[in-house]
Amino acid sequence: MDVMDTIRQTFFQECSEQLTEMESGLLVMSEGEADSDTINAVFRAVHSIKGGAGAFKLEALVQFAHKFETALDHIRSGKLAAGGDVMKVLLRAADILSDLVDASRDDVAIEPDTWQASADELLALTASADGAEDEDDFGSIDFQPALIDFGDTPSDGIAIEPLTSTFNIGFRPKPELYGNANETILVLRELSRMGTTQIACDTSDIPSLDDIDPAGAYISWTIALDTTENADAVASVFEFVDTDADISIEQPSSFSLPDLPEPFKFSASTDAPVEVAEVIESVEAPSAVVEAAPVIREEATAPVVPFPAAAPPQQTAAKTDAKPAALATIRVEFDRVDRLINLVGELVINQAMLSQRVAESNISNSSPIAVGLEELEQLTREIQEGVMGISAQPVKPLFQRMGRIVREVSDATGKEVRFKTEGDATEVDKTVVERLADPLTHMIRNAVDHGLETPEARVAAGKPAEGVVRLTAAHRSGRIVIEVSDDGAGINRAKVRESAIKKGLIPADVQLTDSEIDNLLFLPGFSTANSISNISGRGVGMDVVKRSIQALGGRISITSRPGKGSTFSLSLPLTLAVLDGMVVCVNGQTLVLPLTAIVETLKPKEQDVHCLGADGRVMAIRSTFVPLIDVGVKLGFRRTTLNPSAGVAILIETENGSRSALLVDSIQDQRQVVIKSLETNYGNVSGIAAATILGDGRVALILDVDSLVKASDVDQLAPELRYGTGG
Amino acid sequence: MTESSLPGTNDNREFVAFRVGSQEFCVDIMCVREIRGWTAATPLPHTPDYVRGVINLRGAVLPIVDLASRFGLPETEPTPRSVIIVVQISKQVVGLLVDAVSDIFTTTGASWQPTPEIASDNVKSMVGGIYALDGRMISLVLLNSIIPTAEKVAA
Repeated sequence: MDVMDTIRQTFFQECSEQLTEMESGLLVMSEGEADSDTINAVFRAVHSIKGGAGAFKLEALVQFAHKFETALDHIRSGKLAAGGDVMKVLLRAADILSDLVDASRDDVAIEPDTWQASADELLALTASADGAEDEDDFGSIDFQPALIDFGDTPSDGIAIEPLTSTFNIGFRPKPELYGNANETILVLRELSRMGTTQIACDTSDIPSLDDIDPAGAYISWTIALDTTENADAVASVFEFVDTDADISIEQPSSFSLPDLPEPFKFSASTDAPVEVAEVIESVEAPSAVVEAAPVIREEATAPVVPFPAAAPPQQTAAKTDAKPAALATIRVEFDRVDRLINLVGELVINQAMLSQRVAESNISNSSPIAVGLEELEQLTREIQEGVMGISAQPVKPLFQRMGRIVREVSDATGKEVRFKTEGDATEVDKTVVERLADPLTHMIRNAVDHGLETPEARVAAGKPAEGVVRLTAAHRSGRIVIEVSDDGAGINRAKVRESAIKKGLIPADVQLTDSEIDNLLFLPGFSTANSISNISGRGVGMDVVKRSIQALGGRISITSRPGKGSTFSLSLPLTLAVLDGMVVCVNGQTLVLPLTAIVETLKPKEQDVHCLGADGRVMAIRSTFVPLIDVGVKLGFRRTTLNPSAGVAILIETENGSRSALLVDSIQDQRQVVIKSLETNYGNVSGIAAATILGDGRVALILDVDSLVKASDVDQLAPELRYGTGG
Repeated sequence: MTESSLPGTNDNREFVAFRVGSQEFCVDIMCVREIRGWTAATPLPHTPDYVRGVINLRGAVLPIVDLASRFGLPETEPTPRSVIIVVQISKQVVGLLVDAVSDIFTTTGASWQPTPEIASDNVKSMVGGIYALDGRMISLVLLNSIIPTAEKVAA
């Protein structure tokens, strides 16, 4: 891969981070809780994307980002209030921007009309904010990529404004500037590109060689710049370094302007002096803090006394303190993590094998070998947990993508929707997160399209016109539970039932409980929408959602209350790589039962087991009858059922909450097992979820409790007696 | 590696020959990942007779197909001398249980003959041709038809 490709790749990786940051900032803003930090963060994210895109000559991206940025800048400077409608425009623009980034990354040709509408909206926003005179700010020719630039930008578009102004700029970098890998030369070069510069370098602060700190910063510059650009543009050159350097930008002829009611002769950029004053003020703010600090301390005895003069610097101080808190992260290819996870899996198996060998060779528990082995086991487990932690990711980006789905669907259906997320810091294995995107998208679409009523219907029902769709994530007993809920009308059970009968999915005379009717939604070929909208009826039904959730080892369930709304909840394993299981023995075969399905284990008494029909058996557990399933017969390991009193019954609960008892010969152990796919080299086997490798190196099968129980309902699997006591 | 037809007349390819009962079969050596001794397999429920189960191949779960049973012969009674030929079939890795590996030979295209009409459809679908070697008859196994496809398993 050549260097440019690598840089490009990094750019797009960074873009996706910037987009995430932008979106979360925008969401905070639309909650109306944004402080200037949030707005700045959003602005910076868009600005960085624009800068990088300029370097790669991604024209459409640059132009759109520029318009976006201008709108954000107006919000930042307080010219535009971040109200509901404005935020809608911005959120739409954010969606378009991420589309453009995707398209640019995949080298897809970008049709101008994909973003033109949103660009016009942004333009309208900014135009309404500052009247017509600034119009030429938005012309696309005017744009100059800031900072990130390889020096070959043609110098077009500079000579638009004939007036030049002179700026005296003082630039004194702090050591952090170099520490953050910024280059002063780039800043200077950028300035000189804006006009004629006279740059003087002040080297008087350089200490003698003995005292010099190699990581220090001793050089400062004064620059006299004659340019046609306004003060904003000049300040923006320092955008990336403004916290790491002392910068003063002065425009001698306008120095006293902020005090005067009318500027004298600034026909080109009327608002420039004010902006300069702002820049100067913000640069000087830190020193103001120092001065203000003792005063505050003196006031400490009377903290309630308002102290308006000191308040703004205090805020600045808080801001600068908050910044370094960002977590240091590194980027690692997922393949590497994946390999590591696999290797650790092997390590765990090997360690278990070693323990077993040692146990077999009659070494006493107190011998150094056994003690060392125990320590090894401890370490292995810790390593495993650590490695699993690496691939854990917060669900936040996933949830943010869902916000977009909500916006799209609500726009298309004309419904007013408020999207709320909770617990988006909850961490799940990356593979789980990835494979959740499709099912969640579908569920969110359903919630808005089918779940919520139209605003009129809502008002008529005495509810606020705006519907709420809530997406929450939480850890619950070793699993992650994700819920999608709406406050709509709830499931129309009569309609569901009628539709299922019409489609021949259930017999017309069958009696169903409410939850059974709800579960009809998961049947293949079920769709209640009278007309298939292009939002929800894309041929993917809830059955597909259910299957993909099950493929992740998860379960899905519905609760719904008429008039109050419905909740779909997903319960998923935190990782796809390991599973807590109970190791059981059936007819000489070792099997693993997922611990999450197990309710309790008990020793059946002969009088508790009753026959039902020809070969059905039920078991009474505290006066409740549950089906008793002989695992050995079910899987075809033996033909005659085991005498219940000779085995152990394991009470399990399936995803839809129904309970059954599984009869096995004995329970051997309870342990964490590494999940190995059967599908890679073979295929799906009914009743079996996956395989694992035991301490002795043999393969053991992990039971799929749900399909095992389901097969017992229908019993279409003719058990072939093939495997006696094992191969 | 395609095996859908007889090996071309021009290429000289190497094959691994093995015994299943009293008959000899072969597979293209480029498909063979390794040859290993028999280890007890964990049986899989609800699978065809010829799937003996799965074994642990250095952390991967490897299904074992009993070739004898696959060709309608009496099942192989695995002994410590039985051999598992680990082959790659498109993306899957599968172990073939056979009695013994007998030969590695280089073919010239001219010696390949089409499968005679006598064979049953089942066998014909799995044999890509026969080769005469020193008076022995060696049948080429079509690996793609050996394993049950995912649909077959799910059905």
